[in-house]
Amino acid sequence: MTLNEKDATVAQEGKPARKDGAQSRNAIDFAIRFGFIGLLVGLVIFFSLAADGFSSPRSAVFIFQSVAITGILALGVTFTLVVGGFDLSIGSVATSSMMLSAYVMVVLEQSAFVAIVACLVMGAVIGFINGVLIVKTKVPDLLATLGMMFLLVGLQRIPTEGRSIATGMTLPDGSTANGTFSPFFLQMGRHRFDLVLENLLPISVVFLLVIGVLVWGFLELTRHGRLMYAIGSNERAASLTGTNVNAYKIVAYMFSGVLASVGGMLLAARLGRGDIASGTNLLLDAVAAALIGFAVLGAAKPNAFGTAMGALFVGILLQGLTMMNAPYYTQDFVKGAVLVVALVFTFSLSGRKAGGH
Amino acid sequence: MQEAACRIDRVEKAFGDNRVLKDITLDLPAGTVTVLMGANGAGKSTLVKILSGVHSKDSGTIRLSGSEFRPETPADAIRAGIVTVHQNINDGVIPDLDVASNLMIDRLAENSYGFLLKRSKLFKAAEDIARRMDLPVNVRRPVSDYSIADRQLIAIARALSHDPKLLILDEPTSSLSASEAERLFSYIERMRAEGVAVLYISHRMSDIRRIADRIVSMRDGEISGVFEGENLDYEGAVNAMLGHRMTDVGIVVPEQGKAVAELSDIRLIPTAKSFSLTLRENEIVVVTGLLGSGKTALAQALFGLHPVHAGSIRLDGQAYRPKSPGEAVARGVFMSPKDRANNAVIRDFDITRNMTVPFLRRYAGLSFVNRGAERAKARDMIDALSIVCQSERDDISTLSGGNQQKVMLARWLAQQCRLLVLDEPFQGVDIRARRDIGHKIRETAGNRATLVMVAELDEALEIADRIIVFSEHAVVAEFRNENVNPNDILTAVAGFAAANQTVQAA
Repeated sequence: MTLNEKDATVAQEGKPARKDGAQSRNAIDFAIRFGFIGLLVGLVIFFSLAADGFSSPRSAVFIFQSVAITGILALGVTFTLVVGGFDLSIGSVATSSMMLSAYVMVVLEQSAFVAIVACLVMGAVIGFINGVLIVKTKVPDLLATLGMMFLLVGLQRIPTEGRSIATGMTLPDGSTANGTFSPFFLQMGRHRFDLVLENLLPISVVFLLVIGVLVWGFLELTRHGRLMYAIGSNERAASLTGTNVNAYKIVAYMFSGVLASVGGMLLAARLGRGDIASGTNLLLDAVAAALIGFAVLGAAKPNAFGTAMGALFVGILLQGLTMMNAPYYTQDFVKGAVLVVALVFTFSLSGRKAGGH
Repeated sequence: MQEAACRIDRVEKAFGDNRVLKDITLDLPAGTVTVLMGANGAGKSTLVKILSGVHSKDSGTIRLSGSEFRPETPADAIRAGIVTVHQNINDGVIPDLDVASNLMIDRLAENSYGFLLKRSKLFKAAEDIARRMDLPVNVRRPVSDYSIADRQLIAIARALSHDPKLLILDEPTSSLSASEAERLFSYIERMRAEGVAVLYISHRMSDIRRIADRIVSMRDGEISGVFEGENLDYEGAVNAMLGHRMTDVGIVVPEQGKAVAELSDIRLIPTAKSFSLTLRENEIVVVTGLLGSGKTALAQALFGLHPVHAGSIRLDGQAYRPKSPGEAVARGVFMSPKDRANNAVIRDFDITRNMTVPFLRRYAGLSFVNRGAERAKARDMIDALSIVCQSERDDISTLSGGNQQKVMLARWLAQQCRLLVLDEPFQGVDIRARRDIGHKIRETAGNRATLVMVAELDEALEIADRIIVFSEHAVVAEFRNENVNPNDILTAVAGFAAANQTVQAA
C-alpha cells in the first residue's frame, strides 16, 4: 500500500481507524496517568517489607515532617513553573529567611511577629526583584534567579560576618546577643498535635497541607491560576487576549519568594538558631519534587497536587533508604536518578501522546 | 530556453489532513530567474523546504540535472547542488563568528573536515570565496561588524561557494535598502550568466520587474499560473496568486448603522501616507493588500499593541488610544490575531479553556471559575459555529486547523463587542470551515463594526460589505462589494504596490 492509498483509507474510514489506535494509546495513557502513583505504592510496600518499623504511624509522620519544608518550597517553585519560568533562588531565599528571623529575634531582640513579617516581606521583595529582572530587563529566568541565589548566599552572612546566629553569640562589635527565639516562634517548628496517638502530627505538616490546598485551589479553581497556566503554555497568545502577562509573572515569583521564606522560618523554628550550614539541600529537593510532580497523573505540566506527591515520593525514598542503612551519599544519587526517570516519563511519553493525534 | 536544471514532477505533500502541495509540476531552467509568488499558506515555503531537504515529499519525483534527487537532510540538498538562502537573515549567519567561519561553516559541519580547525587554511579558502564573489569584507572580522545587507551577501556567498545548480532565495530583499538590493541583483545576474537556476521568492513588484525571467504563481498548493516571455504579465501573476474564483455567496450590503470607530488622518508608521476610515455598525469592512502592506499593523494599532504614529481614533465618539490589549478589550475592541499557532492557540488547554481565556472574569465569582457555566457557554459556541469535536473538553490539538480557527473565533464572539478585528481568519482553514466562519461573521455583525484583514481576494469578496485596499501602510482604494469587478481590485492591489515600490526605489 502506498502512502497515498493509506491516507485515503484513513480519510474514508477515519473513525474506525482512530478507534484501533485508541486502544494501544489507552494502555500508554494509563501508564502515563498512574505509573507514578503505582511506583509510589510499590515503594511503600517494598520499604515496609524490607525495613523494620517503616510501616508505622510515627515513621509516616516523620516522613511528612521531613518533606514539609521542601514541599512548601516546591509549591513556590510550582508557581514559577506554571508561568513558564523557573526560580533557582528559593533555597537561598529560605536560608536568608532563616538567618533574618534569627537576627531579628536574637540580635535585634524583637518579637516573633516582627520576625515573621520581616521574613514574609523579604520573600515578597526578592520575588518582586526576580520578576522585574525577568519581565522588564529581559534577563533569562534561570540566570536572573541564579544571580539572585549567589547574591543572597553572600548577603545573609554579612551582618554576622559569616557566623551562625544563636543566643549568647558574640557580635562583630564585640557585644553579646542577648535576645532569644520567642517560644511562639519555636512552636511553629516543634509543636505536635495529638491525632490518634499523642504528639503525632507536627505543625509543619499542617502548614504544608494548608498551603498545598491553598495553592491547588488557586491554580486550579481561580481565573488567576487559569491565566497563569495560559501564560506558561503560550505567552504571546495570553497577552493577545488582554492578559497582563508581566504582572502575573511578577506575582508568580513573589509567591515563590514568600513560600520559600515560610519554609525558611519553619527551618529556623525547628533548629532554634540561624545555622549557616543548614538548608543546602533545599533547592535540589524542592526542584526535584516540583519536576517529579509533572509526571503525576500524567499531567505533563506543573501542578500543586503533583508537587506534593513529588515531595512525598522523595521523602519516602530517603526515609526508606535511611532505615535500610543506605549511606548518606547514595541518597543524592537516588534522588537525581528518580528525577531523571520522572522527566523522561513527562517529556517523552506524554510528548508521544500529544504528537500522536 | 535552456535545459531544466531542476524538474519537479507531480510532487505532493500533506500535513495530516491538510494537503499543502497538490500535484506540483514545475521546471526550473538553468540560467533563468524564476520568481515564485504566493499568498500565506499557498505552499511556497513547503515547496522550498522540500527542495532544501527540510521536509520530505509524500510522492512525486524531483530530478536535478537528470538524476533523481531525494534529500534526507539539508546537508544532502547542499551536496546535491541546491542551496537556499532563508528569509530571516539571522538563520543564515552566526554574528559572533568571523566572516571566514561563516563562509566555511557548512564545510566545517562535514564529517570529512577532520577534528582540528585549520585556521590559516580556513582564512585562505574564505578569502578565495570572498574574492570570487567580489565581497568587500575582511574575513577575519566578526560578522556582527557588518550591515544587514553585507550579512545577507555573506550568506549568499556561502551558498554560491558550493557551485549550486539551483539557488533558492526566500524574500532576500525584505531587509535591504534599494541600493543594497541592487548589489544583490547584480550577483544574481552573474549567477544567471553562469547557468545557475534561480528560484526567487518575493512579493515586491520592484524586485520582480527588475530580476524576473518568468513568474510562477502558487495558490492553495497548486501552480495557478506560469508567466514567461518578452512582456511579463505582472498583473496576471498577482491575479493568479490571489485568485478570484467567483463564489456563490451573494452579498447584499445591508443598511449601515451608526459610526463606531472613526480613524482620522492616521499614519501607521512615519514613512506612510495618512488615511482616514470610518467603521460602522452592521458593516463588514475587509482590508486587503499584499504581504507587508500594513494590514496587520492596523489591526495591532487598534488592539493597543503599538501606538499609531500620527492621527486620532475615536470609538463611539470618545478618544481611543489603547496602551495594551487589556485596555482595548475593556473598551470593547476585540482582535483575533493571524498565525493562530503562535498567537492564539493555548496548546495545553482544552476547547472550553481556550474559548474562555479573555473573559474568565465573566465565569468567575470571587475569582473562582464556575466550570459549569464556562462549559455551557463553550457547548453553545460549539453548536453555533458547528465545531466538529467529541466534547467541549477535547484538547485543542486534536482539532483540525479549521475547527481550531473556529474556536479562536468563538473566543471573541462569546461576548458582545463594539469593534471586532479579525486578522487573516481564514488562514490554514479548509473551504467548508471558511464558509462557516464567513457566515458566522456576517450573521453576528449587527451590533458591532467588523474589520477583517485578508490577503486573498476571493475571501474578501465572500464576506465584505466594503473592501479597502492597503498598500505601504495606507488606504489606496475602496470598493463597495456590489457588482464590483474583481479585476479593478486586483489592479489596485498590484498596481499601487508596483507604483509605490518604484517610487521607493528611485
